[in-house]
Parts: sequence; structure tokens; C-alpha cells
Amino acid sequence: MPANRPVRQNSRWAGYWHLLMARMLELKREPEVVFWVFLFPLLLALGLGIAFRNKPGNAASVAIVAGTGAEQKQAMLSRSPQHEMFKVNVVDAATAHKGFRLGKYDVIVMTGSSDGIEYEYDPARPESVLARVEIEDAMQSAAGRKDVLSTKLVTSSEPGSRYIDFLIPGLLGMNLMNSGMWGVGFALVDMRQRKLLKRFVGTPMRRGDFLLALMSSRLVLMVIEVGLLLTFGVIAFHMRVLGSVFSIALIGGIGAVTFGCVGLLTASRAQKIESASGLINLVMMPMWIFSGVFFSYERFPQVVQPFIRALPLTVLNDALRASILEGTPLLHQWNRLLVMGIWGVVSFALALKWFRWT
Amino acid sequence: MPIAIQCRDLRKTYEGKVEAVRGLNLEIHAGECFGLLGPNGAGKTTTIEILEGLLAPTSGDVSILGCNWHDNERELREWLGISLQETRLSEKLSVRETIDLFASFYRQPRPTDEVLDQLQLTEKANSWVGKLSGGQRQRLAVATALVSNPKVLFLDEPTTGLDPQSRRQLWEIIGAFQQRGGTVLLTTHYMDEAERLCDRLAIVDHGKVIADGSPAELIERLGGHHVVEFAVKGNRSRAGDIQVWGTLPTVESVREDDGIVALTVKEPHLTIPALLDVIARAHQSLERLTTRQASLEDVFVRLTGRHLREQ
Repeated sequence: MPANRPVRQNSRWAGYWHLLMARMLELKREPEVVFWVFLFPLLLALGLGIAFRNKPGNAASVAIVAGTGAEQKQAMLSRSPQHEMFKVNVVDAATAHKGFRLGKYDVIVMTGSSDGIEYEYDPARPESVLARVEIEDAMQSAAGRKDVLSTKLVTSSEPGSRYIDFLIPGLLGMNLMNSGMWGVGFALVDMRQRKLLKRFVGTPMRRGDFLLALMSSRLVLMVIEVGLLLTFGVIAFHMRVLGSVFSIALIGGIGAVTFGCVGLLTASRAQKIESASGLINLVMMPMWIFSGVFFSYERFPQVVQPFIRALPLTVLNDALRASILEGTPLLHQWNRLLVMGIWGVVSFALALKWFRWT
Repeated sequence: MPIAIQCRDLRKTYEGKVEAVRGLNLEIHAGECFGLLGPNGAGKTTTIEILEGLLAPTSGDVSILGCNWHDNERELREWLGISLQETRLSEKLSVRETIDLFASFYRQPRPTDEVLDQLQLTEKANSWVGKLSGGQRQRLAVATALVSNPKVLFLDEPTTGLDPQSRRQLWEIIGAFQQRGGTVLLTTHYMDEAERLCDRLAIVDHGKVIADGSPAELIERLGGHHVVEFAVKGNRSRAGDIQVWGTLPTVESVREDDGIVALTVKEPHLTIPALLDVIARAHQSLERLTTRQASLEDVFVRLTGRHLREQ
């Protein structure tokens, strides 16, 4: 056994590179990671994109209660200029009410009463309100109403203003948050629980290199995550990406690192996977709800808006939407990048202070 | 011989309550294999982790190869090889990737192939860690310590839970490291391991060293090298009997454990005829009679009144 014969000389960055490569190899070999990080957002986008696609088939569903005058009302509706907007069903009263309760019908047209029309609708259901107004309009014009003002309609369902266009940048942001929090937080607690962190600390490994490698692996994954989802949006939904690749990558990178740092802070002391999972979900919960992933956060009351706008996912989503959908230059987004940066730096500093290696 | 590891009046109190180590002194020479022997909860792991610089002592001084953890951490890390009691290495990395990863932390590590060969892991080089047997995993854990070409090797319970063959393999590896001039500090609660591997050892109980020396010296201090164990048929021996056994020729000590009397004796060929004589005169007969070499277990029981494996 040849002793003390140095044939191998490591450079300053050997540890960093090996840690990064080891992390990437582990991720690659974990089928769950491939699914949750790459496939799941695509499936979500596909599912939601189909469910909320813009289509004339998004017609109001009307139930006409069978009885005297039912045929006449149905005929009026199909005669009206807007007849493509409705799906008309003539059913008995019980079926109509059951269907209405289950959301199958948006509005019920009653029969029996003499000349006028009697509607049954739910003022709390937007589609019910809409259906009532549309039917009213159709019936009146079919009955010969003359409009006093002339109107001209311009439709807008160009790529860029559809739900899927709103959704995909939101999914990107949410995915960067999820994988940052889990990819860093969960991985760290797992290594701590397995005493691997302690074992690493027992070597001359530079602790900074270890954290740097963990963050770098997030950046590499970010490029794949963002690239995949955007490409999917472009191919499957003909999405238009207006911002430059560079600015999108920069925003994504800052987002990935920010959430990596928040994940680091969340995992800085937890000893057990179970407690860490709870903590990670607790931190992400408000952002799932408030940060405008699936719908605009403008719907929340004015009082909570400052709180919502201070959340890192809100600014990340806003920045991604502005860049992807409107091509807003980075210079006009500096305040959003700054908010993310503050979250990242403060989390990182606190994490380093509290971090438990053993 | 120069001193490789030294600690004086080491104390560790967890959260101000649990006193794991209470004034422990050690002096380990360069090139020797030193064992910390003791039951679970004796403070062995706390002690070794303080010496490894992974745990700060509440008080006391530690000196490793003439350096201390406060001023020379980086150098010490280069010189020490560590295997913790329980580290679960990443299951999705191969054996070679794992050793390469650990090698990358050191300035001048040994070639991975050489370490694979030494630890008999060459065949498994490309297998994932998750697919290894317990013995192979433990050898890999030692491989990650040896890849740095350390001067001192710390092993915390290296063979716990392993089958006999795997244990012997590890013993050979540890022996080979020592032959090349390395210093070894290991903890164990196996007497055979301590007797077989250690040049010197310290018996630790309740956070203190209660005896130290070479295995032979410790057994010597028992007074006798042999143990005669017997049981009397029918009635259990009474308290008065113990005194009788103590007066038999060359008997150094007597203890009784669950009906079996164990005598530590210097010359069994003088003790046994006298013993048989006493029993015959009392019209009793023997249920069993064995003689064996005294072991470290006997030393431990003599010192603490308990067996090593008892909690």
C-alpha cells in the first residue's frame, strides 16, 4: 500500500464542482423529482388551459321548463341573432331545478305565466347573471325590440390576453417557489437527519461551497423548468413571448435563488423531515392563495394589497408576466427585482446565523 | 512515542442538565489503536465527537497532533479521517461517485481506485449506495475517511450490527491502516473487538474513564487470568457459600449471577480439585463447570457490577 504518495492535487473549486455534480446526479436519478418539477407543471398548464380555453362553446346553458309556451320560447331563442350563445334544453321542472343546483344549467326559464318571461337565476353566480341578461336580450330582440343606440363590437382573444397567457407565467413562478423551497429546504433537512451534513463538516469541505452548490443546482434546474414550460405554452397554446430570453432568465434566476434562500432559512434548524415539511407548507401557503398564480390578486380587498405586493411570489409573478406578456424592460422592473433581492438576502443572512450543521 | 490525541478534564453537559461527559482524561500515542469501551450511554460518542471537533465541550482541553480546534481547524480536518456512528450516504450515488465526492474536499487525496481496492469495493464501484449490504456500506463509510490519507482515524462503533465476516474484514482494514503508521481511536461495546484491535483502551462508564491500559494489563489487574464458572444442582448458593468459595486456593474474586458462580482464579488446576472436594463433602453435585480465559467483560463487571450490554 503506497503511503504518502500524493498523485492527486485538488484545486480550490474541486469540492464545489463535485457537490454540484453529485446534487445534479441525485436529482436526475430521482423519478419523483422529474415528475414534480418538470412534468407536473406541464400537466397543470395543459389541464387548466383546456378547461378555460376560449371557445364559442362556452355558451350559456338554459333550461326551459316544459309546459305551455315552452316550444314558442325555444323557437324565439333559436330565431334570435345571438342563438349561438345558448344551449337550450326543454326539461320538466324537477330536472331543471336539479340541473340548476348542480351547475349544469345557468338559468331556468319558467313557463305557464301568460305573456311575459319568468327567470329563475342565482345573482351570486356570475355565469347565471350573464346567462339571464343574454337570454333577456335575445328574447327581446326576437320579439322585435329595436335598439336605440347603434353598437359595434370588437372581439379580443388574441394570444396575450387569454387565461392561458395569464396562467403560464403564474405557474412558472409557483413552480420556482415550490422547487426552491423543497429542493433546498427538504434536501437540507434530509441530509441533516441522515447525519450527512455532520459527516461533511468533518471534512475540510468549505461550508460556503456547499451552500453555493445547492443554490447553483437550483439555477440549472430553473433554466430547464422555465424553458420547458414556456416552450410548451408556445407550442400547445400559441403563446407569444414578448420579453427577451435574457430578461426572463434573469428574473427566473433571481426568483429561483430567492426561494432557495427562503428554503434555506425555513430548513435552518429543523431536525426532522416531518417538521420541515409542515414548515415549508406553512411558508408557501399565503403565497399560493394571495400571489396571483391562478387568478389576479386584485380581487382581494384593498387593505391587504400592500401585504400581497410584498410577498416574493407576487413580485416574481408580476415580473414574469410583465416580461413575458408585455415585454416590459428590466429597467422598469427594478423595484420588483429589489423586493425579491431583499427577501433573498435577508433570508440568507438569517439562515447563516441560525444554521445547524449537526 | 509522541502523543497524537490528548484531552484533559473534558466535560459536556447538554442543555444544562444531562451530564454526558464528566471529567474525562485521555492520552493516545501516535501509531497506536486506542479503544473507548463502554456500555450504551456511557458518553463514548459524545467524547469522540468532541475530539473530532464536531461538538464543543462545556469545558476541558483537546489537543490533536499538537493542534487545537480553535486555531487549526482547517489543518486538522485535512489530517483526520472520520466515520460517524450512523451516516446514511446518498443512496442514488455510486460507490465511486461517493468516494470521489469526499476526495474532492481534500488538498491531496489518494486515488479512488487505490481506496476501492483496499476496502474491497472494486467490484461494487459502480453500484448505487442504496444497493449495498450493511458490511459494504460500513466499508464505504471507512473508505470516505481513508481517501484523505489521514494521520488519525476516528471510528465510532465501526462494526455494530455487522455479520462476523464483515466485522473481520473491517478489522483487517483497520489493522492495515495502523501498520502504515496511522493512529486509530475507536469506540465499541464489543469486548472481542477491543481485545483484538486495541493496543490500549479506556473503559468508560457514566462519562468517566474507570480504568485504562492494554487489554492484558486490565485483565491482569483482575488478579487472575482464568475464570471458573459453576452452578450447584438443586439449591441456589446462599450468601454464606460466597465466603466459602472465596477461601478456595488462588481465588481472587467471587461473583454470582443468576445462580452461576464465577471465580476469578490464578491457577485453576489448584482451585478446581478443592472446589469439587467442598461440593462432595456437602453432598451436593455440580450442574455445570467451565473454565475460560478472563476477558474484558469480566474486568467491566468487576469494576461496575454490570454487564456491558445492559442498558
